[in-house]
Amino acid sequence: MTALELRHVSKTYGEGAAEVHALRDVSLTVEPGALVAIMGPSGSGKSTMLTIAGSLEDASSGDVLVAGQALATLSRNERARLRRRSIGFVFQNFNLLAGLTAAENVALPLELDGIPARVARKSAMKVLEELGLGDRAARFPDELSGGERQRVAIARAVVGERRLLLADEPSGALDSVNAEGVMRLVRATCQGGVAGVVVTHDAQLASWADRVVFLRDGRISDQTAPLPGPESLLTQGHSQ
Amino acid sequence: MSVPHALLALLSEGPKYGLQLREEFEARTGEVWPLNVGQVYTTLQRLERDGLVEADGTGEDSQHKGFRITAAGDEELAAWLRTPPDLASPPRDELVIKVLVALRVPGVDVSDVLQVHRRYLVQLMQQWTRIKEDGAEDDLSLALAVDAELFRLDSVIRWLDSADSRIRRHPMTQVKDGAALPKLRRPTGARR
Repeated sequence: MTALELRHVSKTYGEGAAEVHALRDVSLTVEPGALVAIMGPSGSGKSTMLTIAGSLEDASSGDVLVAGQALATLSRNERARLRRRSIGFVFQNFNLLAGLTAAENVALPLELDGIPARVARKSAMKVLEELGLGDRAARFPDELSGGERQRVAIARAVVGERRLLLADEPSGALDSVNAEGVMRLVRATCQGGVAGVVVTHDAQLASWADRVVFLRDGRISDQTAPLPGPESLLTQGHSQ
Repeated sequence: MSVPHALLALLSEGPKYGLQLREEFEARTGEVWPLNVGQVYTTLQRLERDGLVEADGTGEDSQHKGFRITAAGDEELAAWLRTPPDLASPPRDELVIKVLVALRVPGVDVSDVLQVHRRYLVQLMQQWTRIKEDGAEDDLSLALAVDAELFRLDSVIRWLDSADSRIRRHPMTQVKDGAALPKLRRPTGARR
């Protein structure tokens, strides 16, 4: 079963002369375990694509399937449940709740889903430990460094049984070494079977993906070919 | 890559023989710069001729003949480390030339030309990133060497992105074929 499928998705804002086509006939399939990056200039529709894939916004036409379920066939409540259970979001500005500790932030989506607090907290601790943040669990966001905050945000996005990880410029304003740490985590999460979609204008982030899709004026204009083995680079005579 | 200076750097740690120098060179550069053994010997001969290294009297055959750095070699190495590479004169950049030419050829979709190069560069970056990902986490040389490639390729992609946006906004590129395009002047003093 594909983790995410967009079939001929279009999105239009406004009407008549003010009509803006944010997405035009976009089709994309992301399998479990794959990491796809969406690259494009500002206004190319990449963030719209992510919010539609995450059911935060409706498509004007076309179908969106998450973990095999067509979003259009779900009620509002069912969609909210799908978002809480199956989809993890990572945003540029981390969006952690300042009044909650790292562990409480991570446990929040599970608790909202009706899982008892004790069980949710245990799952949260497990993910935080996996991300090397076990000793930061009781800290509030303003007591953490930028890199730690983003790791907490990733922990929150992958806690529980998520199928799809959606990230919009996930390295935010982090320096390049911390940004690399974020992408290593995203990639490790995907290798664990989660499907990942990262929206970015940064080629260094995009280069962590298995496939890079280029968006332009709301359309998929191009995508990268499957990767050859790394040996091809090391035999090109870089000693010249 | 300056092979002579890399060999001087390795010899600054103590005497070494040819085969050992080649192995250490590749290990230190994260195996990103493969070096053939012939290159090592010819470079050592040149360094010896210039008085920057000398035979230490050990080893008979060429593979095991030992070398040590001389005082002049130490001075040369220290000076080289602090000499900035020539980044002042703009290189004759083939990609820049292709884009400038594409602008003037009727019927060419410049944005399509830009995308072909962008895709190629992103694919190269994916390959380098995979090498970094697969490398040992504590392999500092590999991470540094791969980062240098990634930043270099990234800067070319950024230029393509900015060219794309600039060309789209430029009034001259929005008129039909045959219209005059802006004259492209060579910056004064640039070496071409």
